[in-house]
Amino acid sequence: MSQQLCLNDICPGQHARVCALCAEGAMRRRLLDIGLIENTEVTCVGRSPGGDPAAFLIRGAVIALRRADCKKILVCRQ
Amino acid sequence: MGLTNRSVGAHAVDTGLVIEKQTREDRVIALAGNPNVGKSTVFNALTGMNQHTGNWPGKTVSNAQGYCRTKRHSYVMVDIPGTYSLMAHSAEEEVARNFLCFGGADAVVVVCDATCLERNLNLVLQTLEITPNVVVCVNLMDEARRKRIRIDLGALSRRLGVPVIGVIARKKKSLSALTETLDRLSDGAQTRPAAVRYPEPVEQAIATVEPLVRARVGERLPSRWLSLQLLDPDETLLSEADRFLGCAFSEDAALEHALASVRESLLRQGIDSERLKDMIVSALVGEAESVCTAAVRRERETYGAFDQRLDRLLTSRATGYPIMLLLLAFILWLTITGANYPSQLLSDALFWVQGRLTELFHALGAPEWLHGALVLGVYRVLAWVVSVMLPPMAIFFPLFTLLEDAGYLPRVAYNLDKPFQRCCACGKQALTMCMGFGCNAAGVVGCRIIDSERERLLAILTNCFVPCNGRFPTLIALLTMFFVGAAGGAAASLWSALLLTGVILLGVLVTFGVTRLLSKTVLKGVPSSFTLELPPYRRPQVGSVIVRSILDRTLFVLGRAAAVAAPAGLIIWLLANVTAGEANLLDHCAAFLDPFARLMGLDGVILLAFILGFPANEIVIPLIIMTYLSQGSLLELGSLAELRALFVEHGWTWVTAGSAMLFTLLHWPCSTTVLTIRKETGSWKWTALAVAIPTVLGVCACMLFNAAAHLLT
Repeated sequence: MSQQLCLNDICPGQHARVCALCAEGAMRRRLLDIGLIENTEVTCVGRSPGGDPAAFLIRGAVIALRRADCKKILVCRQ
Repeated sequence: MGLTNRSVGAHAVDTGLVIEKQTREDRVIALAGNPNVGKSTVFNALTGMNQHTGNWPGKTVSNAQGYCRTKRHSYVMVDIPGTYSLMAHSAEEEVARNFLCFGGADAVVVVCDATCLERNLNLVLQTLEITPNVVVCVNLMDEARRKRIRIDLGALSRRLGVPVIGVIARKKKSLSALTETLDRLSDGAQTRPAAVRYPEPVEQAIATVEPLVRARVGERLPSRWLSLQLLDPDETLLSEADRFLGCAFSEDAALEHALASVRESLLRQGIDSERLKDMIVSALVGEAESVCTAAVRRERETYGAFDQRLDRLLTSRATGYPIMLLLLAFILWLTITGANYPSQLLSDALFWVQGRLTELFHALGAPEWLHGALVLGVYRVLAWVVSVMLPPMAIFFPLFTLLEDAGYLPRVAYNLDKPFQRCCACGKQALTMCMGFGCNAAGVVGCRIIDSERERLLAILTNCFVPCNGRFPTLIALLTMFFVGAAGGAAASLWSALLLTGVILLGVLVTFGVTRLLSKTVLKGVPSSFTLELPPYRRPQVGSVIVRSILDRTLFVLGRAAAVAAPAGLIIWLLANVTAGEANLLDHCAAFLDPFARLMGLDGVILLAFILGFPANEIVIPLIIMTYLSQGSLLELGSLAELRALFVEHGWTWVTAGSAMLFTLLHWPCSTTVLTIRKETGSWKWTALAVAIPTVLGVCACMLFNAAAHLLT
């Protein structure tokens, strides 16, 4: 069973797969550059002391993303 | 932090790049790669230069060049900014793309991170579309081995169709295979670069346009790649291409017609500009994934248990901020404790030399004014700059560089992003602030790592609230003299480290405050999106960091001291010895500034020293000393205690010292920084604001502090 979520709903330690990017313009291109295309596996590895941004393991690299940007990344839990 | 002549001297202001070949046979090699893959380390190892390296993305922001000689050929190596892609989304990507396409490179070395090869291949594949003369240099093979990542370099080379070399850039010897491969390419070895297959509609469009493009550009530019770009062209690429070809190449009727028709046909299939970009990127990422599946085997999770544990400690809610503060205080404590002794030693030595110089001048029968100008003016200021400024720097920067090398700085940015977000700014501003510790001019240049123009301006305008190289020792000296007491010992240095941490925190708070104020007024806007890579921790290269940062900095500080402090010493001596009316010129100036300076808790001399210290903050304290000394009571200054006595004799109290420290933290940026801000913002308006904000803040803060102190006592 997979349900549609955004990346914020993934807690540290959980995995998910990217379903769609709702971001536009520069942010969309940046997300694509770091390899966030459809079906990419993403793991949340932690949150910063302020709770935002959070760190994600994407294609072998750890990338910090802000809450506002994560809202635009739709994922399916595996 | 790259504090070298290259990063803050005239070179930093001029970002254009002219390839300087040493001989006509020199071949030009571009070094490309993702951010933070050790490109600069490879560059340094090949050229024997010392481009600053650090474990965080975005360190190299403009092209640098160096020379490398092998058995058969000689090369000009060009280090271009690290980018994830060549689609020109940001300034660095544009610089990188333009250089690869139009820079006249004979070959390109794409440096990759072995621990994160898949993402790096995106850039490799894009580079292969531009030029066939590519060598893929897989760096950090040792890190990969440690993480149990096995890379089949042969399979990789077969899939990509170009030579692939595995190296460990920190070990120079491992680069010999790379230079041998470059020699083979230079001798005419052929490569067969793999082309990425795009989805059918895109391929058809390319097939339609490419013959026309090839007819126009021949072999001078890669026609398949150019055709792909033309499907969704950006203006800068077209104008660069026109300049390169020397004609308006895109203004061709047949080509324009063909392009219009393929764009229309793509649109009919539902492929607009956004969708087209998605398809291109997806094809590249997909190809990278498939190449990696064939050539890379992971025996363990990439993000290892060690990194994970360390990150949990350094960035968690409970321990993230306290550890950051403790680390800062610890580094400052080491600096202060360690600097005392060498400072004393240097000062003794240099003033002994002054005595011998004086004897020499007298023995030669030189006129008194010459002795005064050269020895008491130029030499003494130089000696002060060196003995007070050098030791703290020689300790602070290697320590800071070690943290940088280990990969801690991106974690600082990660931890501080939330407060910066509150100020509608970017967490990467924390990185530029860290660079500001080295030199504010370098920090301002470093602001290029921030993508959003508005946030970049915020970072530039607030960079000078971080005390730089030149101001640090001033703060330490004032703190030690007036707030710690002459007692000395471990408790005293701990106390001064804590106080200094407090001063830096004040600077950070002011940064937050001003950033917020600016983003609510002249630089209104919402925080833009943000991606920050947290690179794996690496074992810092202790030996080379220490040697390099001490050597670089020593030379730099000495060079700058000679260039700025010496003439300033001369001017001060002249001002102090040319009399107009009753008093000398210095006294006239100081007396003129005095009433205003008193309001700020300073005196005319201190304010004058800050004003004359505009070319370099290093010379503020020496200028104050010079001026006081010229006002009579000539004493031999050996230690901070004697210095304190001199200051107290001229009416200093803890309030004066406090105000002076506040003003050291908050006043106009030095001339190099101002020029750099002008260059980076391209506007005198922003430059004026960058000068006005800290000046007004500093004057107000000093006045408030002074008034409050007088009310209390």
